[in-house]
Amino acid sequence: MPSPVKTLLLKTRIFTAIVVVTNVLGNSLLSLGMRGVGELLTLSPVPYVKALFNPLVAAGVSLLIVWLLSHMALLSWADLSYVLPVTSIAYALAAVVGRVFLHEQISLARWAGVALIVVGVTLVGRTVPRTTAPRKKGAAA
Amino acid sequence: MKWLLVSVIVLATTAGEVLQAIGMKRHGEIHDFRPGALGLVASALARSRYILGSIAAMAVSFFAFMALISVTDLSFAVPATAASYVLETVLAKYLLKEQVGWKRWAGAGLVASGVALLSF
Repeated sequence: MPSPVKTLLLKTRIFTAIVVVTNVLGNSLLSLGMRGVGELLTLSPVPYVKALFNPLVAAGVSLLIVWLLSHMALLSWADLSYVLPVTSIAYALAAVVGRVFLHEQISLARWAGVALIVVGVTLVGRTVPRTTAPRKKGAAA
Repeated sequence: MKWLLVSVIVLATTAGEVLQAIGMKRHGEIHDFRPGALGLVASALARSRYILGSIAAMAVSFFAFMALISVTDLSFAVPATAASYVLETVLAKYLLKEQVGWKRWAGAGLVASGVALLSF
């Protein structure tokens, strides 16, 4: 039997990876797709619904649904103050993806930001993912 | 206009994630990932006020985000929306009663500063 702590850590690592990858790819596809849609500065739902028929936007939205579900699963056992900083490695990856695939300009200050995020994520990643007691089985929701 | 969208996104994201954390902790740890078991989880979550509230808040945040990236670059939009870090960590400590030790405060601070630098 693997120890419960090791199982929790492994599960947390796997779900963190899914959350990060679907977040970065989802946002990138959405951003790429929105370039073909044009400006959306309206409160009317019609242009947003139309935007969903753009294949890149649809693919981005699908990945973001997977992101939402895996994020929810992760929060069912891990602290918010753990999940939040650790999944922010997505911001660092988004800068890399923005530079490489979307050809956005990344300044020196942005790269410094990426470095700070990596250090922060490493620090929080070394804490125990859960510090609150699990609810007892059978307790009312 | 873009900063108005940014503030809507920050507030809605903070509300959405805190409500999601409360709802999921109340539901309890998911450890069975077979489709049938996940169906049961989904139906339980669909009846949780916290989860429904969180999805509503995240929908607001999502559409505001779509509007934002239709007027700015992704590498401005993503970092600008991350200003909720410190706020959410404070709420995690006082509302969710999580133990936020020095590593988490330092980590959240570094991430928040890093994210702020990303918008330059």
